[in-house]
Amino acid sequence: MNLRILKVLLAKEVRLMRRNPFIPRLIVALPFMAMLILPLVANFDVRNVGVTVVDNDCTELSRRIAANMDAAGFLSVKECVFTYDEALQTVENGESDAILVIPPGYSADLLKGRNPQLSLDANGVDAIKGMLGSRYAAISATQTVSRWLSEQGLPLAVPHVNILNYYNPTLDFRNYMIPALMVVLIIIICGFLPTLNLVSEKETGTIEAMNVTPVGKFTFVLSKLIPYWVVGILVVTLGMLIGWLVYGLVPAGNVGCIYLAAVLFSLVMSGLGVTIANKSSTILQSIFVMFAFIMIFQLMGGLFTPIPSMPHWAQYMTYAVPPRFFIEIMRAVYLKGAGISDLWPQYLALSGFALFLCLVAALTYKKRA
Amino acid sequence: MDNGFAISVRNLVKGFGGFTAVDNISFDVRRGEIFGFLGANGAGKTTAMRMLCGLSCPTSGSGTVAGYDIARQAEEIKRHIGYMSQKFSLYGDLTVSENLTLFSTVYGMSDKDIRLKSDMIFKTLEMEEMKNCLVKDIPVGWKQKLAFSAATMHAPDVVFLDEPTGGVDPVTRRKFWELIYQASSQGITIFVTTHYLDEAEYCNRISIMVDGRIKALDSPENLKKEYASGTMDEVFRIVAKDAKRGD
Amino acid sequence: MPVFISMIKKEALHLMRDSRTMTVVLIMPLVLLLLFGFAISTEVNNVNVVAVVHRHDDASRELIEKLRANPYFTFKGIVPFCEVEPMLRKGEVDAAVILDCDKGATAYQIIVDASNPSIGQTATGYMESVINGGMVSPVSVRTLYNPRLKSAYNFVPGIMGMIFILICAMMTSVSIVSEKETGTMNLLLVSPVRPRTIILGKIVPYFILSCVILALMLAIAYSVLGLPLSSNIVNVVWVSLLYIVLALLLGLFISTIVSTQVTALLVSGVLLMLPVIMLSGMIFPIENMPSLLQYVSCVIPARWYISAMRTLMIQQLPVSYVVTEVSVLSGMALAVLFLAVKKFNIIQ
Repeated sequence: MNLRILKVLLAKEVRLMRRNPFIPRLIVALPFMAMLILPLVANFDVRNVGVTVVDNDCTELSRRIAANMDAAGFLSVKECVFTYDEALQTVENGESDAILVIPPGYSADLLKGRNPQLSLDANGVDAIKGMLGSRYAAISATQTVSRWLSEQGLPLAVPHVNILNYYNPTLDFRNYMIPALMVVLIIIICGFLPTLNLVSEKETGTIEAMNVTPVGKFTFVLSKLIPYWVVGILVVTLGMLIGWLVYGLVPAGNVGCIYLAAVLFSLVMSGLGVTIANKSSTILQSIFVMFAFIMIFQLMGGLFTPIPSMPHWAQYMTYAVPPRFFIEIMRAVYLKGAGISDLWPQYLALSGFALFLCLVAALTYKKRA
Repeated sequence: MDNGFAISVRNLVKGFGGFTAVDNISFDVRRGEIFGFLGANGAGKTTAMRMLCGLSCPTSGSGTVAGYDIARQAEEIKRHIGYMSQKFSLYGDLTVSENLTLFSTVYGMSDKDIRLKSDMIFKTLEMEEMKNCLVKDIPVGWKQKLAFSAATMHAPDVVFLDEPTGGVDPVTRRKFWELIYQASSQGITIFVTTHYLDEAEYCNRISIMVDGRIKALDSPENLKKEYASGTMDEVFRIVAKDAKRGD
Repeated sequence: MPVFISMIKKEALHLMRDSRTMTVVLIMPLVLLLLFGFAISTEVNNVNVVAVVHRHDDASRELIEKLRANPYFTFKGIVPFCEVEPMLRKGEVDAAVILDCDKGATAYQIIVDASNPSIGQTATGYMESVINGGMVSPVSVRTLYNPRLKSAYNFVPGIMGMIFILICAMMTSVSIVSEKETGTMNLLLVSPVRPRTIILGKIVPYFILSCVILALMLAIAYSVLGLPLSSNIVNVVWVSLLYIVLALLLGLFISTIVSTQVTALLVSGVLLMLPVIMLSGMIFPIENMPSLLQYVSCVIPARWYISAMRTLMIQQLPVSYVVTEVSVLSGMALAVLFLAVKKFNIIQ
């Protein structure tokens, strides 16, 4: 490899990047978009769950259940009605998300120790809202009922449990999302852009002009990737700064661990990107293939939905999804203060993927047809 | 091997699946010669040229370019040739001088040589005011001349020109050929494909390719004599009358 | 008319010849449907839990038995207290329950990895109910429309909303712009063929492709994913066709304002795809967003389409419930058509 040639090729890449009307703006805008807007959107904190109460009991207790529910942070009682059909109507036209039915004679039955049940029907169309919303509603109702029971001098049947929330004591979902969002930055900067760059040189024919020169293929591909690696690291830094300044989130662990993971993951993505570019002949083709990979990476990597919630066969599949390991590292370092000694299996997996994909990229790049 | 040939090819074949783009061609090009490579579209000119430049592997056959084997020493060949493709191949978003620096550094020229050579090129092409313009903004005729200069800047043994004058007006085409003569006088062998038959007259020798084979090869004068024609146009029509490929 | 047919033929051939893109376009919707249907879930299960026991007695044995038997938990054994934190940190376990004796009564403490709050809270909830075990819960919870809270077909509308933007808007705009780039568009425009015919000829194959994909996705949704079949499918189809037309018009509009394929891709990617994934309610509930973003989401066609599809496909409500959505989509289609035609005439 000739360093002088590499230098002049790098100068070319940097100039082309700077003169592109879109890419510099994308590089600046991306971290802001990802770190400012995504955490607001990718939010499974369920608020504003509308509840319609069907009160067939009409006692002090039933009214108290409804009032306390309305006062609970995430819930709001939309309406109190007397028939289930009326309540269902409010769910169907989207006014409310759940129906709480208080059966006739509920408080009387409670006093007699018959263990009557309230029933809660949640709209399952939006599964997350349905599940968490009904849990919140159930907790609120249970609390009201047990407080009322103790006021009536009846024993509290439930033993006291002390709960410690580790790593995210404020239970803020953003703390969980922000570290993982770095994955989006690296996928776009180190995976998407180099692919686009290589394939568009193919389409304009300039890559041919390079292939007919003595430039080595490693030198050429390296000159394509180094700028994006540098930009990738800068963008990750910018992302961390935004996390700190806007959300007050600083890594509990070592920043070096974050950079190491970022470098390894950049290698993985650019290896994949170059391989795709080598195998594609048109821009559209390369983007569609890349897009398919990105969709699967984001869905199966545990970015938005937890991996342990998947069925076992799907969980095994995620071991073939490199972002999974990067996301795990980022969350563990940021929130739990974990280090390389805790996370060596993840680092090892990332290094393996990086090595493998870079090798494939180098082998599939052909100067000769 | 220095048998006086810049290019020497024997029984070269390139097939794509069932389709034989280049079908068993053999020819020699002398050092310092301007060799015209004619043929209709689809006759296999570009494919043949891509094999000679080391951009494509021959299916069978052998050959040397600038003394190096085309099957095994493709990277060595690339050090000793220049190439200008029919697709415009300079970077549109780099300036004129940035493009020249890029391509000459790639061929291992020293910074000092690059400066001297670039200045000379700007002078001969009368492009001194344009040297800091982005290449995409300069007129197409200048672009072609610039691409030629970039391909010959490192004084290669052989330069390959793939339809270099496509889409260029006659005046610029004439000027372009002056550049070719100038390079040839410096001892560079020129291998040029074209379908402008008047340009064929400018070559020392020409070959006419039909359906992947070389059907005729000689100097323009001898060919005209052989086919008893007044112009290359007629020669070409006679030679290519049985062509099945092309449009 | 023969000109029109031959234009369509040419474009369709061009499409079919790129077998890799076709594979991705046809396979991706199916893979996404199946992944969303069977792999992606927000249900919390497989919670790995360890116990710290200071004195073995009936209470501790009983609790561990219950944890072992509970399908939501995977019991990972009894460990000393000092190992709990490292195990949580490495992600080997999600929660620990600590039993202590306090004046004869058993005291319970739950330590949970709350880095993902929704998992953490749900896991705590499950653990509490295991500890309280035997007690009849005062509330019985059930779910309407999607009884097991399996999101198997919940994501179908979202995926359809995304795929049609991808195929119609992105592919059409890139394909038209690539003709602009290579100059063949000019060739067509100077020919006696009317511009309207040219544009229609480019769009119709993508429309047909979208219809094929719509049919495929509906077939999967109604068979494999078990979406209940009803006469509402007619409404599902025509609202989808309206959305497909809108997406095609968007692609056309983009192709009139940009000049290179890469820009067309980035513009349709950044202005159409990202908002569809992030803001349309496909994955993330719109109500959770700050109000500013909720307003932004109103200009995203997919938001209206997805909402209409949810009402028609999942809730199985009659078409009168989606009047707003349908009129917004129609209005958008007319507006985009107007803009595209205006822009196209200026270029002419």
